[in-house]
Amino acid sequence: MSKGILGRGRPGAIWAAPAAIFFGIFGILPILAVVYLSFTEWNGLGEPKWTGWANWSRLFDDPDVVGSVRVTLVLAVLCWLLQTPASLLLGVWAAGSQRNRAILSTIFFVPLLLSTAAIALAWLSILDPNFGLAVTIGNLVGVDDGNFLGDRQLALYTVAFVLTWQFIPFYALIYQAATRQIPRTLYEAAHIDGADRWRQFFSITLPQLRHTVVASSILIVIGSLTYFESILLLTGGGPGTATRVLPLHMYVKGFVGFDMGYASVLSVVMVAVGTALSIAIARVTGYHRMSSTREGL
Amino acid sequence: MRHRSGIYRTIASAAAGMALVLSSACGTSGPVRGGLQVWALQDPANEPIIKRGIEQFNAASGTRAALTTYANDAYKQKLQVSMGSPNAPDVFFNWGGGNLAQFVKANQVRDLTNALAVRPEVAKRFLPSVLDVGKINGHQYGIPMNGIQPVILFYNKRVFSEAGVQPPKTYDDLLALVELFKARGITPVALAGSQGWTELMWLEYLLDRVGGAEKFAAIAAGKAGAWRDPAVLQALTMCQDLAARGAFGKNFASVNYDNSGASKLFATGKAAMHLMGSWEYGSQAANNPKFLARGELGWVTFPEVTGGKGDPRAVVGNPSNYFSVRSDSPAADAATRFVVETLASDDYVADLIAAGQVPAVRGVEDKLAGTHNAEFTTFTYQLAVKAPTFTQSWDQALSPSAGAELNTNLQKLFLRDISPQGFVEAMEKAK
Repeated sequence: MSKGILGRGRPGAIWAAPAAIFFGIFGILPILAVVYLSFTEWNGLGEPKWTGWANWSRLFDDPDVVGSVRVTLVLAVLCWLLQTPASLLLGVWAAGSQRNRAILSTIFFVPLLLSTAAIALAWLSILDPNFGLAVTIGNLVGVDDGNFLGDRQLALYTVAFVLTWQFIPFYALIYQAATRQIPRTLYEAAHIDGADRWRQFFSITLPQLRHTVVASSILIVIGSLTYFESILLLTGGGPGTATRVLPLHMYVKGFVGFDMGYASVLSVVMVAVGTALSIAIARVTGYHRMSSTREGL
Repeated sequence: MRHRSGIYRTIASAAAGMALVLSSACGTSGPVRGGLQVWALQDPANEPIIKRGIEQFNAASGTRAALTTYANDAYKQKLQVSMGSPNAPDVFFNWGGGNLAQFVKANQVRDLTNALAVRPEVAKRFLPSVLDVGKINGHQYGIPMNGIQPVILFYNKRVFSEAGVQPPKTYDDLLALVELFKARGITPVALAGSQGWTELMWLEYLLDRVGGAEKFAAIAAGKAGAWRDPAVLQALTMCQDLAARGAFGKNFASVNYDNSGASKLFATGKAAMHLMGSWEYGSQAANNPKFLARGELGWVTFPEVTGGKGDPRAVVGNPSNYFSVRSDSPAADAATRFVVETLASDDYVADLIAAGQVPAVRGVEDKLAGTHNAEFTTFTYQLAVKAPTFTQSWDQALSPSAGAELNTNLQKLFLRDISPQGFVEAMEKAK
């Protein structure tokens, strides 16, 4: 083996260079630019004007910030609660090799192929209270006027439902792949030991999927911090600010109100919260130790 | 407020916004320049008219002017970011009022006052109330480039005749009709309450009728305490009261205008009235042609408020869109000539009329009478001609950030999330 810059055949700094450079240009650099903009007043015209901490102090006067943080957190929790069990079960089920499962999973995964905008617009039409299915669906679930998107409480649940509908196939696919990686020998051994299917699920499948659960949880929680276009198209953050998540609040401030300085403050906050959350989840779950998932082998 | 049919456009704009940030960061040089760049909004009705105007100007002057169009929200963002860069347009489409004022404040717009003074016949052709919206601090920065779009109270003639009633002349009539239609199981008024700007139309007219056009003029001028005026509070209370009475039905906050939910509600007779910009006529013609063919679409001026201080002939809505010239454009002189010579020309005005628009130009009654939708265009035209004031849609007249705040608070107001007092205090704080 040649030594050279690649080291002793082991990954060195240079191996990470392409990814690091891309991340630097498209990840770090824009974040730094946004941090700079957060200290300026800029409406997109002319040069940004340095205003020090002025934008940052506005953060605490803005009543919509507290509201949008609350909406964001509620949405993250709702999405996690709805998506994790559903996609886990669906994924494990779809991992089976039976033909009917293969065919049905193909159908279940269809939302994955649709663009977010298409999904949001389709649901917007379905949920039209006068011409959509909203009244029919509403009668089944006790919302007889079909006012799903116009009610302050319901709107948020409706958004969570649409997001769940959209993303379950994605996470189910991850769980399906992870389940298929679990060695068959474990199940064979359990079978010999007399474990039934439930016991196998709770004692083998679930523990083996632990890290997949963590990974998908991180994706769901971090993802729910950046849900944007679905909500923009479904409710525009409304009624009022009932479904205005933090990214949407930033969009309204920045690209509707052209208050780029303050919108940058909100962006920095989101970067900080997102990073902190993902570190916290990884720490709490021990994911950062990156120990093997192939336990028992 | 026109060109709101932009759900798709919003997505496009988000993408465009990203692209802009990237392209400006990398300092790319953009398209090859030369000649005169005219920027406008994507609009199949308007584009051919502008293009013909440009062709005629090019032929007459030897200039190489060209039109580029963008989708609504993307346009605002693109314009905002390009101004001051080498890619900025020489002539740009805008909404007048607060939208134009921010560019004027940044010294990006050429003062056209002198160019118009040289050719006094041009300014005289336009309706003064519409031309005024292109004026900032007493100087003319924008010239009307398309038709007027006042807000009109539309009513469903079939629903009204079945109930044996007439369209409302006063606000009390309106309240009586609300009760009557409710009793008949019909939503009295279609309202696309998932979008604040549709609710804004009610507030605009009610304040105008209750307190007169000067109340909003004071707000637009940024006078401290202008929002706290008792007339504003009264108009806000009336809006909330209408919603509480069920004038807009129970689920208005779920109704959308962009997917024509409100228009369909109205055209199918599930709702009796619809307060909307004059573009509603065109959108009904496109989406519900039978409704129009049966002659069921009726229209009246907004009702009077008994005891109100406002002139009942006053109008709110979109006076027009405007063309302005960028001040540091290398072709500013040619651009000025294009704007001044083209927009008031007989050919341009005739094209607008042929496309079904109502130009903001004096003395076109006869020409309007010859069009296929003459009844409606003549009504719209007379409405604007007779109006002592033409108040611009507030969300365009105010700064973009105050406009965004306004539309959010309107949704809260109609859902009783905030009180009229809370609304006023929130708006007083908005910049």
